[in-house]
Amino acid sequence: MESKEYYFQTDQLQGLLNILRAAGYSCIGPQVRDGAVIYNEISSVEQLPQGINDKQQPGNYSLSNSSSSKYFDWANGPQAIKPLLFAPKEKLWSSTLTSDGELSFKKAEEEIKKLAVIGARACDIAALKIHDQHFLQQQFVDPYYKVRRENLLIIAVNCSQPAETCFCHSTGDGPFVDDGFDISLTELQNGFIVNAQTEQGEKIIAELPLYECSKDHLAESELIEAAALKQKRQLPQFDIKSRLFNQLNNESWHTIAAECLSCGNCTSVCPTCFCHSENDVPELDGQSSVHYREWDSCFSQAHSYIHGITIRSQTSQRYRQWLTHKFSTWHEQYGRSGCVGCGRCITWCPVGIDVTESLTHFVERRRD
Amino acid sequence: MIKLNANLNPYEPHEAIIIERIQEGPDLFTLRLQFTDPEIQGAYTFEPGQFNMLYLYGVGEIAISIVSDPECGQVIDHTIRIVGRVTRGMANLKTGDRIGLRGPYGRGWPMLESKQKDIVVVTGGLGCAPVVSVINYIELRREEFGNLNIVQGVKHSSDFIWKHRYDKWRKLPDTKVLLAADVGEALWPWHVGPVTSLFDQLVFDRDNVVVMMCGPEGMMRVVCDHMLDNSVDASQLFLSMERNMQCAIGHCGHCQYGSKFICKDGPVFSFDKVRYLFETKGF
Repeated sequence: MESKEYYFQTDQLQGLLNILRAAGYSCIGPQVRDGAVIYNEISSVEQLPQGINDKQQPGNYSLSNSSSSKYFDWANGPQAIKPLLFAPKEKLWSSTLTSDGELSFKKAEEEIKKLAVIGARACDIAALKIHDQHFLQQQFVDPYYKVRRENLLIIAVNCSQPAETCFCHSTGDGPFVDDGFDISLTELQNGFIVNAQTEQGEKIIAELPLYECSKDHLAESELIEAAALKQKRQLPQFDIKSRLFNQLNNESWHTIAAECLSCGNCTSVCPTCFCHSENDVPELDGQSSVHYREWDSCFSQAHSYIHGITIRSQTSQRYRQWLTHKFSTWHEQYGRSGCVGCGRCITWCPVGIDVTESLTHFVERRRD
Repeated sequence: MIKLNANLNPYEPHEAIIIERIQEGPDLFTLRLQFTDPEIQGAYTFEPGQFNMLYLYGVGEIAISIVSDPECGQVIDHTIRIVGRVTRGMANLKTGDRIGLRGPYGRGWPMLESKQKDIVVVTGGLGCAPVVSVINYIELRREEFGNLNIVQGVKHSSDFIWKHRYDKWRKLPDTKVLLAADVGEALWPWHVGPVTSLFDQLVFDRDNVVVMMCGPEGMMRVVCDHMLDNSVDASQLFLSMERNMQCAIGHCGHCQYGSKFICKDGPVFSFDKVRYLFETKGF
């Protein structure tokens, strides 16, 4: 769809929330909780993290107040879209065994709400596209993911302030969004540049008092993008995909593993990690049993367990599994790397292991 | 794949009844299953080497390969070893009990591509159900294949089960059955030593042979090395791989082996597809 950029004033942001709610959407937006930006249901712009900056470093995340009145002047929080579609824990089905031994199965019923997520970042949308490939575009379609995906409206907000841990520019995924959203916003000093890419998005913004973008608005937007492009970190410039697999026995796997706690924080916050376990939990009445799925991590011991053997008993093997999957074998599975440059695995690693630095261990050693 | 309804939830099992329970050994048993819904049973087809997910009420699901013949449409056999929580519980089931069943999953053995070729089947460990389906398949269509070599290695001679089956296979035309135990007890009439020490007795044309194997990866690696040394092409060596499987539909991520999902890209792979990882532990 040919899309056009418009402008609306900051005081109309509440209007946007109202329009979405009137259209039957629950709004999910960023807000501050427990010292982090998290995504939860909102009804008022008062709940947004206005004048909040985030400081992110390896193993460190903190928020501070700034003099800015902007709502989206931070980079990201530990989660964004992933838990809305691929639930951290959910019922898949339940089984019932009758007294005469008959066994029946029933898909878990869930009330599906139309959700509008506000404040999705370019990295999150890149990750969403990967999950769409994984859960919807392979041999088997995941019905749980599918129904939520069909009921999700995405309002992206372009980044203005990269965190120190961000490197989406070098993965080619940000900091501004190109596609994969219904509506995109760029937050200026006194308003927003808005752009709808889908019919649903068009309908929503058509109800706002829109103005043509002025040259000044566009110039301000360009300055914001230029600022967001100034990212400290980047992926090392070599053929990561083949280099990792040529060095499966490199000593560096052990060097990194000596620090890694194998805690799985990186996989929990990673917007592209899709591993999950399935577990059956009998109800206390003994009449039925519920089958759940729950996020799992390749850093757990159980992940590679098979009939008495743990294939990856060592942390070095688990880190190697994660890194080679993310940056190498992912290409064969989904035609791109599994890293979108959000930097969350760096920030939320309790010992501050930096994936961009880990990769540099596998640069071919040159003899000068 | 059951093709009744495209909207069928691929995560959800269907009720199946145990038609027969056969005790194969001290901790090995076969469940002969049938879907209770005749429409589902009627639509069910599979290939040798594919597997099903079996669900024990209140405990969980496990991946088990199918050992019966694809043309025996009314029942589906699964031979199960007691190793964990689910299999231990399943061992207590009786004829007439109900379990959950979904499948079949994965890509099986290249049976059609192997017609008119010599076949070498190598198994290690116990029973090794995934290749029993191959042998049964060839037995029922003996004239469609060349020489059949069945090589079974066990760690200890007391691990050897299904003796009567091997005795029966030995009587098939153009068929060689070779057995080896790493440790042989008194009265073990066959070879003592690694399976590869029997390989000079195999009868096959190296340019027209398919080797199918399953068992411990160390054993499969030795077999592959031996066959490659004897100029058999890596694309004609097939392995049945095993990893943790929870969803069986390529979503849960546990069975990934490099870029492959063993549940849907395998479990049977030609050696040239997995060779790049096979030398490295931890994948």
